[in-house]
Amino acid sequence: MSARAPNLRDPLACARGLGSAKAGSHHWWMQRVTSIALLLLAPWLIWIVLHLLRADHATVRATFAHPLQATLAIAFVVSMFWHVKLGLQVVIEDYVHGWMEIAAQLANSFACILGAVASLVAIGRIAFMA
Amino acid sequence: MMPRERPLSPHLQVYRWQITMTMSILHRATGCALAAGAFGFAWWLVAVAIGPEAYAQFTGFMRGPLGLAALFGFSFALLYHTFNGIRHLLWDVGYGYEIPKLYATGWAVAALTLVTTLALWFLGWTGDVA
Repeated sequence: MSARAPNLRDPLACARGLGSAKAGSHHWWMQRVTSIALLLLAPWLIWIVLHLLRADHATVRATFAHPLQATLAIAFVVSMFWHVKLGLQVVIEDYVHGWMEIAAQLANSFACILGAVASLVAIGRIAFMA
Repeated sequence: MMPRERPLSPHLQVYRWQITMTMSILHRATGCALAAGAFGFAWWLVAVAIGPEAYAQFTGFMRGPLGLAALFGFSFALLYHTFNGIRHLLWDVGYGYEIPKLYATGWAVAALTLVTTLALWFLGWTGDVA
């Protein structure tokens, strides 16, 4: 998209910047933001899983209790469940319709938020009760 | 009265197979699989936080045939979705829409996924990682 591309929007629409998409552009943008966050955290995820593959409970707990690992784990869990919510939302929009769609979207939101909260409580308990 | 079921267009089965459509379908499929994986990751953290018994339950499942199969699926899905996600991000900034590039990046993602999945499992299986 070059700056010289013909622009059919009036100046006010350009200033508002959102076009007609409104929340849709926010969904699209947050899917990209969370994907880049996950891309940056992917090496950490692979490292920590390989590192703790054969470790006993005390070692795993001590590893996650370290402030650096706890921080990265929180960043990963939040970006992951956020990205999952946005992705599943689009899949549901494509294949499920009517009342089933509303039920599926609610279930998606609640499940992802619960998964994220449970992970955060777990990391907090590990980090603060070390 | 229900309207008569009319044929819908386009039919998926009239298309000649192309790598691009396989990559697209796999991106969504691996995304859905990784949504389940996200809750597996949450289970890991929660089990660590609860204590040694809960953790033994978690590792007992993960080291069994079902757990290993799931872990293999998640590792493949994660690597595929990550590499193909980079491909998506490149499209977002306008790179790689030409047909030859579309095919080349598609095969590159397939090759990278295969090699890194096998490398990861070799590292994990032979032990002594980091």
